[in-house]
Amino acid sequence: MKKLIAAVFATAVAVGAVGAEAKDWKKVRIGVEGAYPPFSQVTADGKLVGFDIDIANALCDQMKVECELVTQDWDGIIPALNARKYDAIIASMSITPERKEKVDFTNKYYQTPAKFVRKKGSGIEITQDGLKGKSVGVQRATIHDNFVTEVYGDEVEVKRYGTQDEAYLDMVAGRVDLLLADSIALEDGFLKTDSGKDYEFVGPDFTDPQYFGEGAGIAIRKGEDELREMLNAAIDAIRANGVYKSIQDKYFDFNVYGS
Amino acid sequence: MDFTPVIDNFDLYLEGLWTTVRLVFFALVFGFVLAVPFAIMRTSKNPAVNGPVWAFTYFFRGTPLLVQMFLVYYGLGQMQFMIELSQQPAFEFLQDAYWYALFAFTLNTAAYTTEIFRGAILGTPYGEVEAARACGMSKVQIYRRVILPSAFRRALPAYSNEVIFMLHGSAIASVITIVDLLGAARIINSRYFTPYEAFISVGVLYFCITFALIGGFKLLENRWFAHLRPREETTAKRKTKVSQAA
Repeated sequence: MKKLIAAVFATAVAVGAVGAEAKDWKKVRIGVEGAYPPFSQVTADGKLVGFDIDIANALCDQMKVECELVTQDWDGIIPALNARKYDAIIASMSITPERKEKVDFTNKYYQTPAKFVRKKGSGIEITQDGLKGKSVGVQRATIHDNFVTEVYGDEVEVKRYGTQDEAYLDMVAGRVDLLLADSIALEDGFLKTDSGKDYEFVGPDFTDPQYFGEGAGIAIRKGEDELREMLNAAIDAIRANGVYKSIQDKYFDFNVYGS
Repeated sequence: MDFTPVIDNFDLYLEGLWTTVRLVFFALVFGFVLAVPFAIMRTSKNPAVNGPVWAFTYFFRGTPLLVQMFLVYYGLGQMQFMIELSQQPAFEFLQDAYWYALFAFTLNTAAYTTEIFRGAILGTPYGEVEAARACGMSKVQIYRRVILPSAFRRALPAYSNEVIFMLHGSAIASVITIVDLLGAARIINSRYFTPYEAFISVGVLYFCITFALIGGFKLLENRWFAHLRPREETTAKRKTKVSQAA
């Protein structure tokens, strides 16, 4: 028993010693969501695909590190990063001041506006009056959740879902009047699909940086500046060498990086 | 640790508490009302009476509550007639997730309660039934006066567990957009990224309800099992004991 305790102690010390050294990042574990088409989804045969996934792999190739993708539900994605379940989040996460208090961000890797979706023929308008008594489905803990709660919280009932896919299900079941989400996610993940054919965009593009941040960036733990610089350099590199564009063209027919 | 987000949003927790209490209370009441006739049917020797109830309890005890709730909320909700029905003004309440959770919880607790009561009914000493019959009571009278009162008494400890399981099980209602206790905690967690503070506070609240329930059942047990306590204890002593338990 004493030997065992000594062994455990010795191992703990050894592990601690390794952890204290500066990391040289041979392997990077990346947290992704896997339920946010077309950015990140799991195919019928269990493979991860999407824009975020391709970007993650391209960045790892560029940085010459081994990548491991870890799927994690959205509302635990930041705590799991800080609990060292992975080292970076590439999950269409908008760079916002609240999140910056908990994690650091790289520069953005894309930026698209948010939009509302309504049922065709419902005639709902996006004004304080038009929204009175309506229900809006959003994904919990997103910029869209914060925006609706703060700006229209008194007019509408906010229904919060764990994933965007669940919100689509309830929209089709007639349980919410509107959805607010990223316009690309809505278009490719819902409107272009079979179940989304009776629905349409309504209202303006929302880009107000106060709520919608500075675009989607890669989140890393606070203080890991080395990794952030590596990722920033890699984003610039794939933007410059055409890899970014070829990934973008695979999913979208317009410039997804924004200005 | 910084509990200010929790304190600032305590009204959200109170709303969640109220939703949880309502949900669990009504599920238990409706579940109980279903379980009594089901338990009697379940003790029948006629397979046409016994069989359907057996199948019901077999299904609801054999699958996780979360699966049942998804089946009711997302499964049933996708049916065309349900979608059309929920657009009618009179049935607009069907758009509200609350009723689906209540429905699933009611059936689930009914299944468990049925089996608890069935066991208690089967445990009735045969002499009691025989005596009642000898007095000329009808079947209904025997159930009402003899079998059910003593069965409820015997079922109480097991039933109190079921009530507590139901309370804890109700936390999954937050998955289908209901802002119950856990739902409130998840909102706080997602807005302030404070998992420990948000979930510890909600754990404490669940803890309080659980202990209130345990205390309540203890009172009931003291009252209903009074005849089983050692004889030398006087009524006066018993009373102080009950008030202490409270």
